[in-house]
Amino acid sequence: MAAPLTLLLIVAVTIRAVLFRSSLAELISERVEVVSPLNAWKRVVEGLALLDLGVSPYSGDVFHETPLMIYLFHFTVDYAEIVFMVSPYFVDCLSCLLASLDRAKIFRKQKYALESDRYPADCLELLRSPKEMFYIPLKVAMFYLLNPFTILSCVAKSTCGLNNAIIALFIFCTLKGSALLSGILLALATYQSIYPLTLFAPALLFFLQRLYIPVNLRRSSFWCFTLQYAFIYVGSLVVITGLSFFLLGSWDFIPSVYGFIFSVPDLTPNIGLFWYFFAEMFEHFRLFFICVFQINVFFYTIPLSIKLKEHPVFLIFMQIAIISIFKSYPTVGDVALYMAFLPAWSHLYRFLRNIFLVSCVLLACSALFPVLWHLWIYAGSANSNFYYAITLLFNFGQILLVSDYFYAYLRREHHLTHGLYLKKKDGTEATLVLK
Amino acid sequence: CQPHPGSFQEELVIRPLHSGDIYASFQFRTLWDTDFLQEGQKKVSHYRLFPKSLGQVLSKFSVQELHISFTQGFWRTMQWGQPFIPSPPGAELWVWFHDTVSDVDGNWKELTNVLSGIFCASLNFIDMTNTVQPSASFKPLGLGNATDHRFLRYATLPREIVCTENLTPWKKLLPCGSKAGLAVLMKSEKLFHSSFHSQAVHIRPICQQCTSKAWELRQTLNVVFDHYTSGQGKKEWSLFKMFSRTLTEACPLASSSKVYVDITDNPELFELSPATPLLSQAVVLGDRRTYSVYDLTRAETFGQLRSFNLLLRWKGDSGDMLRPLLHAERYVAGFGLQTGEIHTVIYNNHPYRAFPVLLMDSVPWYLQLYIHTLTVTSKSRDNKPSYIHYQPAKDRHRPHLLEMLIQLPPHSMTEVTVQFERALLKWTEYTPDPNHGFYVGSSVVSALVPSMVAMSTNFTQDQPLFSSFVPVKEESSYFVRVYTEPLLVNLPTPDFSMPYNVICLTCTVVAVGYGSFYNLLTRTFQVDEPSPPLAKRLANFIRRIRGVPLLA
Repeated sequence: MAAPLTLLLIVAVTIRAVLFRSSLAELISERVEVVSPLNAWKRVVEGLALLDLGVSPYSGDVFHETPLMIYLFHFTVDYAEIVFMVSPYFVDCLSCLLASLDRAKIFRKQKYALESDRYPADCLELLRSPKEMFYIPLKVAMFYLLNPFTILSCVAKSTCGLNNAIIALFIFCTLKGSALLSGILLALATYQSIYPLTLFAPALLFFLQRLYIPVNLRRSSFWCFTLQYAFIYVGSLVVITGLSFFLLGSWDFIPSVYGFIFSVPDLTPNIGLFWYFFAEMFEHFRLFFICVFQINVFFYTIPLSIKLKEHPVFLIFMQIAIISIFKSYPTVGDVALYMAFLPAWSHLYRFLRNIFLVSCVLLACSALFPVLWHLWIYAGSANSNFYYAITLLFNFGQILLVSDYFYAYLRREHHLTHGLYLKKKDGTEATLVLK
Repeated sequence: CQPHPGSFQEELVIRPLHSGDIYASFQFRTLWDTDFLQEGQKKVSHYRLFPKSLGQVLSKFSVQELHISFTQGFWRTMQWGQPFIPSPPGAELWVWFHDTVSDVDGNWKELTNVLSGIFCASLNFIDMTNTVQPSASFKPLGLGNATDHRFLRYATLPREIVCTENLTPWKKLLPCGSKAGLAVLMKSEKLFHSSFHSQAVHIRPICQQCTSKAWELRQTLNVVFDHYTSGQGKKEWSLFKMFSRTLTEACPLASSSKVYVDITDNPELFELSPATPLLSQAVVLGDRRTYSVYDLTRAETFGQLRSFNLLLRWKGDSGDMLRPLLHAERYVAGFGLQTGEIHTVIYNNHPYRAFPVLLMDSVPWYLQLYIHTLTVTSKSRDNKPSYIHYQPAKDRHRPHLLEMLIQLPPHSMTEVTVQFERALLKWTEYTPDPNHGFYVGSSVVSALVPSMVAMSTNFTQDQPLFSSFVPVKEESSYFVRVYTEPLLVNLPTPDFSMPYNVICLTCTVVAVGYGSFYNLLTRTFQVDEPSPPLAKRLANFIRRIRGVPLLA
């Protein structure tokens, strides 16, 4: 395992180093699919230049990073390339480790279930064997490091890579079982961009499952732990926000960062659904639709948590995917994060219904994005509708991918409890539908 | 009622330019010893020479200085030299408010609306998105120790068009109107048939022999007649040809009414008739010029026919013009609708002296400037500005303001470049013709240029108006303000016919996500038992009634 992993790391470093030194680096850091107003490197440099001129970086509308980022880059701006090279490896090693942790957990669970005869006889082939799961951490590492989206995001020096690193670290600490670190890192991730707030529920469910506390609203042990975890989380968030206030001496960063994320004033095109929608919105309905779209990100948390309360790891994957699709300024770096976890569910392959269609759609859209952008902005022969159409298709493909994996997961769970080869009342082979 | 003494002077300067064009500059000055702003005194109500509309504006909004100009065309410095009073294309308004004003922004908003009514111009488009507060470029031209730039407001509308509608109310502000004096020459069909037309109003408090404070109102009108379109090919100019009128009398209310013709390059260049013995010398814009003076208050000027028509007949070819010492250009570089670069090029044509210039740029918010890409190069070497004042824009609230003090090396070209990104606006924020582009106002380059000729610092009553506009503080330099071209920048546009379609399509995609998740969350997997066909169901129903065993 160590040798292939090392080889993988070397290949990935080489690719990134080559791209960093080539002329493509400039080109990639300008692409709207890879950077957004929230995490562009150009804006970080602009914010630091404003600070040097004696003007607050938040006085204009060009800089939307948090004060801790300013602090970090103030010292490392000359080594920025190294920082951005290191962070994907960070994410990657963590994903690797957490895939192996997950694997250990799954084996344990399966062992207990087998011993207690909970599985019907014919679904033994659904169980995951150590042999097939041996290479999953390597596959996860490969999926993240060699994913063109990640490479583009890294070469563009988008701070999305750092955000992904924090989320990966948070998942790692959660799976390791350390509630304190997990709460602190979740607070840090929420501080960076608000959407990881929805990851509170899956983390909580994971810890409850780990500590064998049943999720029963009437039990005091449930509330005890929930309040503890919430206290750690909210406390760290308050501390981090207070630290940011003292760093720059004003609360300017709150409307500049969080107000910006929620109210979407900047309509720069990206791969998300917000920009064209709000460019063409009637002024009267703008506030209403902002609220609808933002609530859309957060409101799947409770229903998903109820459905998947015994499977918090899959719930984390679902939440990250929903955030990446429906957030206000998505980039391909966000897409790369949840795609990295797909190999962990490679056993669901037999139940996926649309995987061929989805992969074709995503590949075609990724290829068409730069083409239609060029036609609109540079050639002038297409207009914004073309780029918008590809955005719609890309998001549709992602939604289809996520819901397909969800379907496959639920179906496998159903088979594990009811048996793999189901028969109708008259003995013929049955089809399974959602009713 | 107490009579307030005031005086009115009018003059016309005609300067033949080296390219064959004619530059005519009218100036009308009204001086009035009164104080609009003093509290406690009874409100000024008796207006004689000073226009009442402007007086009321000054007292209501506590205005210390007001400068407004409307310009059609762009002043070509390299071909025409420096103008007496520079102005940028479109409309420009800058105002110093008195330091007793508490709400400057409110006063500014009301002032722009009132001026928009007085001058029949769309100055109501001036709002906080195109107003800036320059910190160093626009110091008061009259009295006043005002150094707090919180009381200064500057705005420019590069898209504003000047026409007869703006000239008529401007003429009405003159004491004699357009009925007597030099103002009879201002016929709009000839004035607007020119390469450059600029009319301005400048109000400021001045020091009247430094015994008392007086208000000075200057109305200036600069026009450049094009040799080829107006001269019909013949190099011969007359007042009648330029203005389609001749002068018959001076304004009776004027204490002085003169016509100056620049004859410094004579007699080789042109022949002037009627001849006049009066000559005057003045140092203006760092150059000593000689003028023939025609005094319209004297009856002899009008001759037998009681009409004064100046005739200039060109004799030789124009020689070399004195190159203006300071010149600036601006253009947008780059391609595509995503990014671009603004290049401002400033030329210092002085052979051996270097001098600093103050460059002021006001860029609208939808062109996001990146100040870390600012480069200033002179003679292909980096030239770091000694003073940079940068106020970044806030989306939909205020524009960028960049002011820099740059030292220009002698006989050199300095290039200032800054990169910007173009924003996609909401569909309602585009003008009705969005593919025409968006205008970016002119940059302002202000400098004290070293003068080859000693400037006179004494202010006398007899000094011609064109040389006393800008106060001269020292002998060795004169103040010059150069405006660059305004820019026209294209922004990416959304499809304006699509709001309903976009809302439907995006909501459809969100609904697909919602629908799939809803299905997976609320439904469970069940074995699909097909329902029996209708005939069988009916048969079973009948059998149940009969009490007979049902079919399978």
